[in-house]
Amino acid sequence: MSILLLVLALLPIVAGVLIRVLYVPATEGITVTGAHIFFTIDLPLGGLPITESQVNSWLVIISLFFFCLFLTYNLKTKNISTRQVIAEWIVESVDKLVKSNMGDFFMGFAPFITAILGISAMSSLMTLFGLFPATSDINVVAGWAILVFFLITYYKLKAGPFVYLKSFTEPIAVFAPINVASEFATPFSMSFRHYGNVLSGSIISILIATGLGGLSKFVLQWLPEPFSSFEIFRIGIPAIFSIYFDIFSGCLQAFIFAMLTMLYVSGGFPADEYFKRKAMKQAKKINN
Amino acid sequence: MLELAIGIMLGGCALGAGIAMIAGFGPGIGEGRAVAAACEAIGRQPEAQSAVTTTMLMGCAVAETTGLYSFVIAILLIFLAPGRFVEILKNAL
Repeated sequence: MSILLLVLALLPIVAGVLIRVLYVPATEGITVTGAHIFFTIDLPLGGLPITESQVNSWLVIISLFFFCLFLTYNLKTKNISTRQVIAEWIVESVDKLVKSNMGDFFMGFAPFITAILGISAMSSLMTLFGLFPATSDINVVAGWAILVFFLITYYKLKAGPFVYLKSFTEPIAVFAPINVASEFATPFSMSFRHYGNVLSGSIISILIATGLGGLSKFVLQWLPEPFSSFEIFRIGIPAIFSIYFDIFSGCLQAFIFAMLTMLYVSGGFPADEYFKRKAMKQAKKINN
Repeated sequence: MLELAIGIMLGGCALGAGIAMIAGFGPGIGEGRAVAAACEAIGRQPEAQSAVTTTMLMGCAVAETTGLYSFVIAILLIFLAPGRFVEILKNAL
């Protein structure tokens, strides 16, 4: 059973590799292209392109779904297995993180934060299998950032629209345009940060690999033909840089996206006004 | 005529991308200061290391944003703008 679920979790990645090999045309030399468009669905309001980044993020979702099932099926209270220890560690550490950054009122955010962390980190780590990372497409990350923007606005509106509008005139009324601009800058800066980091990492990886190929050709040019075209410096050396640019940077950006979500949502929430309003409503109910 | 215009335009795009990346100075200095302050804080209070490290990484990420804006502009200038501008020039001339 556990092996079956693990295989089902790994199958989407294999499928992604197969799709890339079969349907994405190969390129030569240094080419930095966006996501490959597989096909376009015609809709009344213009075409809806199905791109590589979309397909890869669906594959990540399916893979994470089966991975979560693999971690959490057959839970026990005694004699727990290694899978259950890992699952409990994930839940407990995210709970601790949410509690220390957002407080008790926002404990319901823990599954959402775990989902952001998992999908973001997994999408960035797809480069390790040679796939296009979904997070290096701004459309995917901008979607998440817009979702976070709506969450921020929803929790700012919790204490009524007047408190929300009044929060723009802090500290004085003259700052209102700047406050409105900074409100809309939040999703921009979040999406640009995540996408820019992952994209710059992959571009630098490509440049390093190409440069090392040229260097090995230059060093080995005195050898006879089959050896001189052998790019010896390309073996292993790009992997060392990949540890920073792909693994560390991808995981750090996932963590930072989740941290910023938590800080923005809990920072914009007018806690004092909300609890005052709640108490007033309850008092009114009792009086009636 | 068209070749000259395209050459000037490509050179302008490359120069613009290079000039845009001068913005990398700012985040570099800012992150260096943040890390220096974090090192001092850890030296003073070694038991607060994990909290200081988390806060430092957050601050570094926020400071990095301006550099990434310039990076995005440079990417657009190198990979996207030349094709568009060549099309515009061909239509104009």
